[in-house]
Amino acid sequence: MLNVIKIAGRNLARYHRRTLLTSILIVIGMVGVLLFIAVTGSFKTMMIGQFTDSVLGHLEVHRKGYVASIDNLPLNLNMGAGAAARVREALDGTSEVATWSPRLKLGAMFSNFTETTSIRLNGIDPAKEAATLPLLAGRIVEGATGGPLVDRGQILIPQLLARGMKVKVGDTVVLVATNRDGSVNGKTFVVKGVLESITGPGGRDGYVHYDDARELLRLPEAEVSEFAVRLKNPDQLARVDGLLKERLASVTGPQGAPLLEVHTWADLSPFANLARMIDLMTVFIKVVLVAIVLISVMNVMVMAVYERIREIGTIAAIGTPPRRILALFLAEGLLLGVAGTIVGTLLSLAAIYALNLMHLTFSFGQQQDLLLAPVIGSGDVAAIAAVVIVVSVLASLQPAWKASRMDPIVALRHV
Amino acid sequence: MSLVEATGLAKSYRVGSVEVPAIKGVDFAIEAGSFVSFVGPSGSGKSTLLNMIGCLDHPSSGTLKVLGTDIASLDRRGAARFRGEHIGFVFQDFNLIPVLTAYENIEYPLIMVQGWAPDKRRQRVLQLLDAVGMADQAGKRPDQLSGGQKQRIAVARALATNAQLVLADEPTANLDHETAYRIIDLMKKMRDGFGTSFVFSTHDPKIMAEAEVTFVLEDGRIREQAGEVAHA
Repeated sequence: MLNVIKIAGRNLARYHRRTLLTSILIVIGMVGVLLFIAVTGSFKTMMIGQFTDSVLGHLEVHRKGYVASIDNLPLNLNMGAGAAARVREALDGTSEVATWSPRLKLGAMFSNFTETTSIRLNGIDPAKEAATLPLLAGRIVEGATGGPLVDRGQILIPQLLARGMKVKVGDTVVLVATNRDGSVNGKTFVVKGVLESITGPGGRDGYVHYDDARELLRLPEAEVSEFAVRLKNPDQLARVDGLLKERLASVTGPQGAPLLEVHTWADLSPFANLARMIDLMTVFIKVVLVAIVLISVMNVMVMAVYERIREIGTIAAIGTPPRRILALFLAEGLLLGVAGTIVGTLLSLAAIYALNLMHLTFSFGQQQDLLLAPVIGSGDVAAIAAVVIVVSVLASLQPAWKASRMDPIVALRHV
Repeated sequence: MSLVEATGLAKSYRVGSVEVPAIKGVDFAIEAGSFVSFVGPSGSGKSTLLNMIGCLDHPSSGTLKVLGTDIASLDRRGAARFRGEHIGFVFQDFNLIPVLTAYENIEYPLIMVQGWAPDKRRQRVLQLLDAVGMADQAGKRPDQLSGGQKQRIAVARALATNAQLVLADEPTANLDHETAYRIIDLMKKMRDGFGTSFVFSTHDPKIMAEAEVTFVLEDGRIREQAGEVAHA
């Protein structure tokens, strides 16, 4: 077989311009696809990270029906202390969970003493929230970023609200909330910081201390609207999602129906659809690559067979078995694919390395100076390389088959 | 048993709806170790006959036995195997593989057809390069060789697999007279040295005279046979 490959290599070298052109096409296709995967992968990871690490967490646990009514922040769908304790127990008993943060969510009226508007609030445990959402502190664009996210009596407000209401860090504001029974309660807060808004659910929420939220709502027990969960390894999301669903299924309501539900970040964020579209585009780009390789390799192999008909006649006449003639031409396709793959992969890795060195930044919505950090997994490289090599061999199959079936007499007479 | 035995051998081709006879029922025998030529004008059937002897084509009727094998019984793969094991070819246009050196062209059938071990292969190729006087040209590619040198390499390639029969279709047609005689002389020497039978076609009367047995073909029939049929 080594000799067949050696001869195939020489045949390719014989028509070096055509071989070079075909290899360049394969290389361009490889580089295009690998760069696309790396750049869009970076973009996806970055955007997903923005949601999971600064707003949603990887998973969230709610009382059943809460997410369906989440726009209303329904207080009657909070978890009671008992259910919340069961969730804590389940989360602590799941080794894949790194941290979790309980939240008490509410809608309130926000007043700067001259104007009033509505605000969505998260009552948080600052330490747990900071551990669960490590990028949340990074979204504080005005105000001190050190120390706890919020202390008692402090509020983090979204940037749009700060601008609209002309509120600055250190200003005193009033929050007025209506509790589950319909009674109204108010409390003053000092603006601790202004949060950069991001697109999507929770991206324009304010944050107060959990105890303040509970006090504002006059809740007799420690209710929780949701638990945000951070995983040790986000790649285990689907598995942990299933695991938690299974473990929390035993928490039931008075009628014996499951009381809780678990959602992944993708269930909660519209960006998941964008991520799916990017994946779809990647598939489309891969199909284009397959077409490029298929057409260029098939073209070069058809030409190779046509130009070497007499040679094929000769090797057939001297007794070369048809299967070996087939192998010879398949080996040429294989070598084209392998050469294109090696060069394409090396160039792609160099280009990705160069892009990382360039520290390119871009903006996405209100997110500024996001660093482009393309990465490519060895699995992706191996998959693309395998596709290119297999398609190169498949593209050579028809011309190789034709060569192996050629009548030696007809081939030897060919001019 | 003769090396080649033809009885009532006929071959015709269909051109459109017309059946065109190329060989019209010939009988002949070629003995092992002989040096035979088929001569005749263009269209007399020389190449058709050589193609059938070389298992490249099947007879339309009659029987043709090569080394005792009825070639009509061979399918495509079987014919390829038979050629690879028993028959060597020398072509008018040399038909060397352009990307391979002289050495590698001779080595080619040993690798691709018979799968010899490297050491044995090397020994055989060097022996043949020496036998055809091309030992000093081993590393050259066909485009660096003269016509005569190419044909010497082609003869060596035909002998590489220890073929019992070498078929040469107009092997001297593209060579000048002096070189043509040298090639015929080389073929004779190879016959003597390796015991291989050579059957070649030519329309050159001077070259024809070099053969020990000559079959004169005319219009698909053997008009006459000259020379002694040598028995091995």
